[in-house]
Amino acid sequence: MEKKNNMPINNYILLSIALFCIGIVGVLTRRNAIIIFMCIELMLNAVNLLLVAFSKMHARAALLAGDVNGTAGTDGQLFVFFIMVVAAAEVSVGLAIIVMMYRNIHSVDVNFLNRLKH
Amino acid sequence: MNIIQILFWFLSVVAIFSALMVITSKNPVYSVLWLIVTFFAISGHYILLNAQFLAIVNIIVYAGAIMVLFLFVIMLMNLNKETEPQKNRWLKMAGAVAGGCLLLVFVAALKGAGLKDQEAMVNEGDIGLIKNLGKELFTTYVVPFEISSILFLSAMVGAVVIGKKE
Repeated sequence: MEKKNNMPINNYILLSIALFCIGIVGVLTRRNAIIIFMCIELMLNAVNLLLVAFSKMHARAALLAGDVNGTAGTDGQLFVFFIMVVAAAEVSVGLAIIVMMYRNIHSVDVNFLNRLKH
Repeated sequence: MNIIQILFWFLSVVAIFSALMVITSKNPVYSVLWLIVTFFAISGHYILLNAQFLAIVNIIVYAGAIMVLFLFVIMLMNLNKETEPQKNRWLKMAGAVAGGCLLLVFVAALKGAGLKDQEAMVNEGDIGLIKNLGKELFTTYVVPFEISSILFLSAMVGAVVIGKKE
C-alpha cells in the first residue's frame, strides 16, 4: 500500500473536536430553541465523521494484519447509519415540541421555559 | 501535497467556517443554510473516505429532509432578525470560554492517546460501498434495522399527537 493514500487519524479527530466544540458553544450562547437544536445536529455529525474515520482506520489495520476478506470496519459505518435513523426520528419529535412551545408562549426563547423553577 | 490532501484541507476549512457561521448568524434562516453547507462538506469527507453510501444518505436525510423540516418550521413561525432573542455579552463570552476549555481538554487528551502512527485509508477500500454495507445490515444487524422501523412509527405517532390542536 503506497503512502499517499492515507491520512493521519489525528487530522480527522481534530476536525471532529473542532466541530463538536463549535456545537457546544452554539448551545451555550444562543437562546433560540431551533438554533440550539441545529447545534445538536452539528455535534451528532461531528461524531458521525469521527466514526467513519475510525472505521477506515480499523479497515486499514485489518488489511495490514493480513485480513483479505475485508469486512473489518463495516460495523462502524452501520453505526453511523443507525445514528442518522435515530436523529431523523429525534428531529421530528423535537420540532413538534418546539412548534407546540411556540403555540403556547408565542416565542422560541428557551429562557421562558422556566415553569419547573417556580 | 497531493490532490487528496488539498481536498481534505479545503473541506475541513469549509466545514469549520460554515459551522462558525451557523452559531454567529443573527437570522435563523441563514443559520439553516450554513448548516446545509456544513453537511455537504461532511458528505465530501465521506466521499473522500470512500463511504459513498453514507455520503448519499447524509445528503438525502440531513441536507434534504431534516434541514427542509427546520426551514419549514422557521418559516412557519415567521422568525426574523428583530424577534431573535439574544443573551447578554457576558453570558456569550462565558459560553465561548467554556467551549474553548472543552476544546483544550479534548486536544490535550488526544496528545496522550498514542494515535500518532495510525492512519485512515483514504480513497480506497470497499467497506463503505452499498453492497458490503447492505450485506452486513441485512444479516448481522437485521434486528436493529427492524426495530428502527418501530422507532420511526412511534416518532411519527408522537409528532402527530404533540402537534395536533386540542
